Amino acid sequence: MSLNKLTLKEATEGLQAKEFSSVELTKDCLDRIKETDEKLHTLVTLTESVALEDARRADELIAAGNNKPLLGIPFVIKDNFSTKGIQTTASSNVLKGYIPPYDATVVSRLKNAGMVMLGKANMDAFAHGSSTETSDFGTTKNPWNTGYLPGGSSGGTAAAVASDQTIAGIGSETAGSIRQPASWCSIVGLKPTYGRVSRYGVVAMASSTDSPGPMTKTVEDSALILNTLAGKDNHDATSSPLPTSDYTKDLRKPIKGKKIGMSSKYLEGVDSEVVKAFEEARRVFEKLGATVVDIADLGVEILDPRYSISVYTILQRAEVSSNLARFDGIRFGNDREHFGEEAKRRIMLGTYTLSAGYYDAYYKKALKVRTIIVNEFHKMFEAVDSFIASTSPSTALPLGSSKNHPMFGEMADVLVEPSSIAGLPGINVPCGFSSNDLPIGLQIMGPQFAEASILNFAHQFEISTEWHLRKPNL
Amino acid sequence: MKYTPVIGLEVHVELKTASKMFCRCSADYFGREPNTHTCPVCLGLPGALPVPNKRAIEWCIMVALSLNCEINLLSKFDRKNYFYPDLAKGYQISQYDLPFGKNGYMSLINGKKIRIRRVHMEEDTAKLAHSQLGISNDKFPISNDQKVSLIDFNRSGVPLVEIVTEPDFSQATEVKEYLQKLQQIVRYLNVSNADMERGDMRLEPNISLSVMSNIQYPIPNEKLPKYKVEVKNINSFRFVEKAINFEIERQEKILEKGELPLQETRGWNEFKNQTISQRLKEEANDYRYFPEPDIPPIHFTKEQVSTIRSLVPELPGAKLSRFLHEFSLNNYDVEILTRDKLLADYFEEVVRVGKDHNVSPKQIANWIINKKPDIGEVLPASLVKQIIQSTQVTVVDEVELKKVIQDVLEKNQRAVLDYKSGKETVIMFLVGQVMRQFKIKIDAQIVKMKIISLIQ
Repeated sequence: MSLNKLTLKEATEGLQAKEFSSVELTKDCLDRIKETDEKLHTLVTLTESVALEDARRADELIAAGNNKPLLGIPFVIKDNFSTKGIQTTASSNVLKGYIPPYDATVVSRLKNAGMVMLGKANMDAFAHGSSTETSDFGTTKNPWNTGYLPGGSSGGTAAAVASDQTIAGIGSETAGSIRQPASWCSIVGLKPTYGRVSRYGVVAMASSTDSPGPMTKTVEDSALILNTLAGKDNHDATSSPLPTSDYTKDLRKPIKGKKIGMSSKYLEGVDSEVVKAFEEARRVFEKLGATVVDIADLGVEILDPRYSISVYTILQRAEVSSNLARFDGIRFGNDREHFGEEAKRRIMLGTYTLSAGYYDAYYKKALKVRTIIVNEFHKMFEAVDSFIASTSPSTALPLGSSKNHPMFGEMADVLVEPSSIAGLPGINVPCGFSSNDLPIGLQIMGPQFAEASILNFAHQFEISTEWHLRKPNL
Repeated sequence: MKYTPVIGLEVHVELKTASKMFCRCSADYFGREPNTHTCPVCLGLPGALPVPNKRAIEWCIMVALSLNCEINLLSKFDRKNYFYPDLAKGYQISQYDLPFGKNGYMSLINGKKIRIRRVHMEEDTAKLAHSQLGISNDKFPISNDQKVSLIDFNRSGVPLVEIVTEPDFSQATEVKEYLQKLQQIVRYLNVSNADMERGDMRLEPNISLSVMSNIQYPIPNEKLPKYKVEVKNINSFRFVEKAINFEIERQEKILEKGELPLQETRGWNEFKNQTISQRLKEEANDYRYFPEPDIPPIHFTKEQVSTIRSLVPELPGAKLSRFLHEFSLNNYDVEILTRDKLLADYFEEVVRVGKDHNVSPKQIANWIINKKPDIGEVLPASLVKQIIQSTQVTVVDEVELKKVIQDVLEKNQRAVLDYKSGKETVIMFLVGQVMRQFKIKIDAQIVKMKIISLIQ
């Protein structure tokens, strides 16, 4: 068997048992990248020599008895994470050739835990999008059907994990950018609570919702990686000081007797095949002894998730317009001429909504609705233990779908945006396939800092289904 | 003059914290090699995040409390968006609607209270250097005739406190007094060197003229003039005074013609001694303020504010009135002694030591003011000793004194004649001549009496 197909858990056990070396594991991944990359184009930058050097060092440490949690494990990292000495572009020509002098906290924590870095994964430019089609370095293709989009913005990472180019990957989500591509590519994607994982060194998109997280082949792998990523960072004032725990600890807890919420409002406008898969997923939970109830029946009212598109669009565009101001072409990268259409559109919209006379009508109002949504979730999680929904209203869309739809991303992310703007944790798990063999995902959301709980639900679902075992034919 | 000036003031004070406002780089930038105190945060590199400096915030609140401000228990930072090459992130982290301090005041000698609208915290920008002389080396391969603009990021992110008054001044001298007091206060608090030459204090007066006579302060908003001229970034008290007086004259001429001065931002040109238009109101920035999402809102409890209040030392005003009444000194002495906190502390220490040796505060004040001892060198006890020695009078042998006086009178017959003809002040000259002959200090009064008796 090719070692690149292993899960993180399996790879770690094999490495520690010295069944194979990290160099062998890494080489299998590199081979797979070379073999499939023409079809998929998952990476902006391949860091082969860095990877082999990391692997050699990991093998030395393993030989010396070191068992750091991620020692010798190959990763791809979304290209919006600063990597010291390695080009970091956020898939934008504006940052082409920019080599950061420092590592993002996520990267330094992974390095300290022994990661091997294979490369920097493609994404929508500056994470503006849900397709990777806004990347200035080419579109990533969906491994399940290369005529289709992988989703985004963490589409490169999702496709790399799904196609076994890597053992695991790192993405970031502002509203859907981990869960939606995970759903379209049939992998696990965990968006932690805002503030659980440091944003330091992540090229900022919408600072008030950006959340880095793991993208993996199994739920347990995500839990293992979160153990390394989570926790207070003195470089990020918004990172939470709340203690972390061992996120693998609760995975095996039975969910019998737990109450899971769902909402018919999350089924409106959703593809019938996706709804069907959701209904089946619901039955899986019920078989596990949990009850799944429509929160409306519990007297919990929530806004139509489409309202969060408006809220998110205003807040995020505003933050984007400010966050991209530093790319003035004076000190690094290329000048502003190199911004793509989408970035320009967002800068203009954000600048407009923050302008004198419009701030109250747009930004301030959006903040108020955000507070309503936060409060709704708060009430909801007093009544249920977790909340499930389809991750995306559709399966992957054909290449080119985003080109003429400025709101493409928002429509594709409508079901993840409410929990994103509320800063809540959510995880995507594969839950089926459409008639044309494209993956369908289920998302499980929980209250703030309830990562251990949603990982528990997700793991229980995963071990009761076999969707995650299917692999794309490339 | 039939117009009354209406003047408000914005002052930026640079704090002397060890590290910058939002990163751990050294804030001590003055005279350092350019771009050596930098990191991803103050360079505004992609992904870098600000973490506020707690000490700087405490100091800002100390300044606010010293200016009698209320402290907002819920405060936050905001982004002020504008483009300039010295602004690394394309926005400045500042405070918009919830400054740390608000609604304070400062009292002037004439009894007027200058209202302080707000005291808030922000970060300094980098420093631009425009040069015609190219620096041609490996780093900057620029030919010598090229014009260059260089950016030094050492100052980027250094903490600044901005203090904004209401338009309560009516003349330049009031502004100057306010500024001197403000400078004294931040030095007393030991939060800034407030060194004008180094740009630690930057001054921006706004000036307009009211046609109302008989103005009552504070002027209600609706009665303020319909325009306002701001003069930016002045770095000396003298220039502020000049700029204000220049503006008063300039605006008066315009109003005399029946026109309204333009609402604009002007700069002070110290070579031409005049203000020069920089930007009209129509070109004014819309800063698109919004809450800084990278820094959570800041909550204070009343206890925390009390703790910070306890760090505020006795301020110049309070010290001045205490010295007046505790040491029975005059205004002149006290004003000098309290100008600098170190000197005031030194004076009090000497008074404490002097008490045991019957040396009065007045004697000490005189000595310090007149002899200007190096307070870093001379210990309080030594100073007291010096004062005592200086007042000890040695009794001189009568015969010797008489001899010396006769000798002096002999040599200064002209002075003796002058005295005899009624020019009595000349006596002090003779006293001096006599005393000079003695190596020890002798009682001048005795010498004087003796001389007079001998002349007669």
